[in-house]
Amino acid sequence: MGVVVENTDLSLKLAGHFNDVKEKLFLNSPDVINAHRQKAFQDFVSQGIPTRKNESYKYTDLQPTFMPDYTFIHEKGGGDVALHEIFKCDVPQLDTYMVLLQNGWFYDQDSRTGVLPEGVIMDSLENVAKQQPELIEKYYAALAKSEDDPLIALNTAFAKDGYLLYIPANVEIAKPLQIINLLKSDTDAFITQRNLVIAEPGAKVNLIICDHTLNSNKYLSNSVTEIHIGENAQVDYYVLQNQHNDSASLNTVCIRQGNDSTVRTNTVSLHGGLIRNSLKVVLDGENAEAGIFGMAFMDRRQHIDNFTRIIHAKPHCQSTQVYKNVMDDKSSGAFSGLIHVVRDAQKINAFQRNNNLLLTDEATMHTKPQLIIDADDVKCSHGATVGQIDNEALFYLRTRGIGEKEAMLMMMNAFTHEVVQEIKVVPLRERIDELISRRLNGEVARCHECAYDCDS
Amino acid sequence: MGAQDKILNKVTQEDYKYGFTSNIETDILGKGLNEDIIRIISAKKNEPEFMLQFRLEAYRKWLKMEMPDWAYLKIPPIDFQEISYYAAPKKNPDLKSLDEVDPELLDTFNKLGIPLEEQKQLAGVAVDAIIDSVSVKTTFKETLAEKGIIFCSFSEAVQEHPDLVKKYLSMAVPVADNYFAALNSAVFSDGSFCYIPKGVRCPMELSTYFRINAANTGQFERTLIIAEDNSYVSYLEGCTAPMRDENQLHAAVVEIIALERAEVKYSTVQNWYPGDKNGKGGIFNFVTKRGICRGESSKISWTQVETGSAITWKYPSCILIGDNSVGEFNSVAVTNNFQQADTGSKMIHIGKNTKSTIISKGISAGRSSNSYRGLVKILPDAVNSRNFSQCDSLLLGDRCGAHTFPYIEVSNKSSVVEHEATTSKIGEDQIFYCNQRCLSTEDAVGMIVNGYVREVLNKLPMEFAVEAQKLLQISLEGSIG
Repeated sequence: MGVVVENTDLSLKLAGHFNDVKEKLFLNSPDVINAHRQKAFQDFVSQGIPTRKNESYKYTDLQPTFMPDYTFIHEKGGGDVALHEIFKCDVPQLDTYMVLLQNGWFYDQDSRTGVLPEGVIMDSLENVAKQQPELIEKYYAALAKSEDDPLIALNTAFAKDGYLLYIPANVEIAKPLQIINLLKSDTDAFITQRNLVIAEPGAKVNLIICDHTLNSNKYLSNSVTEIHIGENAQVDYYVLQNQHNDSASLNTVCIRQGNDSTVRTNTVSLHGGLIRNSLKVVLDGENAEAGIFGMAFMDRRQHIDNFTRIIHAKPHCQSTQVYKNVMDDKSSGAFSGLIHVVRDAQKINAFQRNNNLLLTDEATMHTKPQLIIDADDVKCSHGATVGQIDNEALFYLRTRGIGEKEAMLMMMNAFTHEVVQEIKVVPLRERIDELISRRLNGEVARCHECAYDCDS
Repeated sequence: MGAQDKILNKVTQEDYKYGFTSNIETDILGKGLNEDIIRIISAKKNEPEFMLQFRLEAYRKWLKMEMPDWAYLKIPPIDFQEISYYAAPKKNPDLKSLDEVDPELLDTFNKLGIPLEEQKQLAGVAVDAIIDSVSVKTTFKETLAEKGIIFCSFSEAVQEHPDLVKKYLSMAVPVADNYFAALNSAVFSDGSFCYIPKGVRCPMELSTYFRINAANTGQFERTLIIAEDNSYVSYLEGCTAPMRDENQLHAAVVEIIALERAEVKYSTVQNWYPGDKNGKGGIFNFVTKRGICRGESSKISWTQVETGSAITWKYPSCILIGDNSVGEFNSVAVTNNFQQADTGSKMIHIGKNTKSTIISKGISAGRSSNSYRGLVKILPDAVNSRNFSQCDSLLLGDRCGAHTFPYIEVSNKSSVVEHEATTSKIGEDQIFYCNQRCLSTEDAVGMIVNGYVREVLNKLPMEFAVEAQKLLQISLEGSIG
């Protein structure tokens, strides 16, 4: 019972904070964002910080995460040093448009990386909401409903800024767009980031999201991203999570797909104290296709929770999900994946797979693949395994003169490669392969040129 | 497709064949539930003090509990004060032979196709037949007694073997394990008790038939099976219920305790009244079944064929404590019309080198909803454990639903857990292939469904396979060749 009481206390603390800063939150914010704030706050109060009694959070205890006294960053930080100068996160042989966000606030786009095609807007959500509210009014908080989830509610209540990406109809952004989220604060910080991506019909984009922490303070980042994909549009959404052990990263991504659209998400989690990736994809158009991939390599006391919901709302769609985890030391992992085929959404192919390797007796893995099928002309399946590296395969390699450690690494690399190979941007794939190899070797997984020590 | 639809329609509109009411006088207690009722039940059954305390403890805990709402079921509100908690056929004391059994009762069994005489003579099955909670006839008792096997009604066991009951009751299912188990613990009227002594291999299949007979009485039976070291028993449970308009509540508890190297095989055919085509009436079947493999190398296997009940809420489970113990769960669940089922299994691995297998085959038709829900949990000490789960769902018709909710929790590196699930309908290519070989669509559907469930039906003991086949035929008539 003690836990429940404390949890209520934590929720009350957050609620109290909201009331304290309410005026400030409303004051400089655009109406579009303010319009949802009060309701979202009430939704949060009625739900509270989720406990493990909440079925969606069964395997992730958020209570210790919310415990520390964080500083809330409700205002954009002052002119920091030129981050572009010191922070190098570029992928060799890959030309990208680079955009920086610091503590959830849009910093700017590195002008040296070129000018985006005409009509494309990549800017601060706050700015755009002030200047062109009509652009985002229809889309903001349309997918991420505060009544559905307490973290969404909390985000919507505190939301100030994040990035907004608007791609007009039939515009293809040839170079990938790289979005770098930096966490850098002098104190332990609570960060709220709200992003919105609108891909009009026929638009095409590759997004690469990199999450980093720049010093060893505690961080709690609660971000919500809504992605609207119009007819025949294509969005590839790659995420590289590389934060230190005291950070908690709570990410909610909600995607809606129109007819003939394609989405591909690939989440690579290499480091992070506690990571929760909640992903909801609604295939709300015929012939839509979704490919959802993810891998995590966790050690020490790290925790990963991938929570996906794929809703097939219209017929003739296809979805594939593959999640792979390698758990070392005392790490813990969770996967909850749901395929929901609604009534009359016929001719659906939906597949889901979750494979996990446990390397030690202290590591744990909880997996919960689910199917809710209300239409009959469908092919749906899921599979989940938890096990170890195949001894026979290991033996085979060793008979060929490969040392045990080397053989183990090869096997683990091969295990996760199934997810990595789905990355369609070749230089990025090679880069991530390299980072994974280094991670598996126990080296720090950071880029050579970066002056910052991401994973100290 | 036309022909197939027709067959599916025929299948899904088949009437319940076993619906009838027999007019046996019953002794019914007033409706409602309170401590006094529990004291009356206990007194009527002349129970020792520990049983009364057990019931009262369960009742007090039950009062503080809430009805579970996590299952994927729409359960209409149940007024527990509107149910009468005890109904026993009027006593016809000292039955010595079948002739003395109420002829109408015998007739009931005959209609069900399980004549006592025939089974007694031919099948070699000892039948502990239960009508509305009180055991009326136990056969083959003497044969079993020679081996030291105790197979009797629960009330009898309480009177004659109170030590055994006291020692093992609620070992697998604690009084407040869940809402319905607590309710059962408070008010259970009767059930079966089975004790297999050390080193004894039970020479015949033990069997009980449950029927709900009096209107508006919930049946709360309790089964306790204890298998001592190196023993073996195969236990059959089957049920059919007459047609009623009002929902009847059925909350049973089955406990199995397997000691060193013992093996218990528990098979169920469940065919309670599922309600009519419009979803009216039908039995609510909320059952708690759990076995504990306490001893090393012990084995418990559950096999179930579920075709009846308006709502089924049932998760036969195994707790594998002994090293090298084995748990098995094989299930066929058929839902039709407005039936709802949320069923599956729990396998808790505690001992080393424990193994479990889950095979679940769901068939949904009409507007029914059929869910598999299961948990495989491997504790840190359960090294080298192994689980394989396979959950397949077959959809017949576009208004029904099939759902899968497995939970897998693994806490050591040497265990391997695999789970796979598929959902699909009968492929048009499969039907076409059969048509090509001169099989009618009807035969083809039958063959495919038959093949689909065969893996589980094969696990049933011979004596039971016939009944199971019959029930599948009734549930899916026209599609089984």
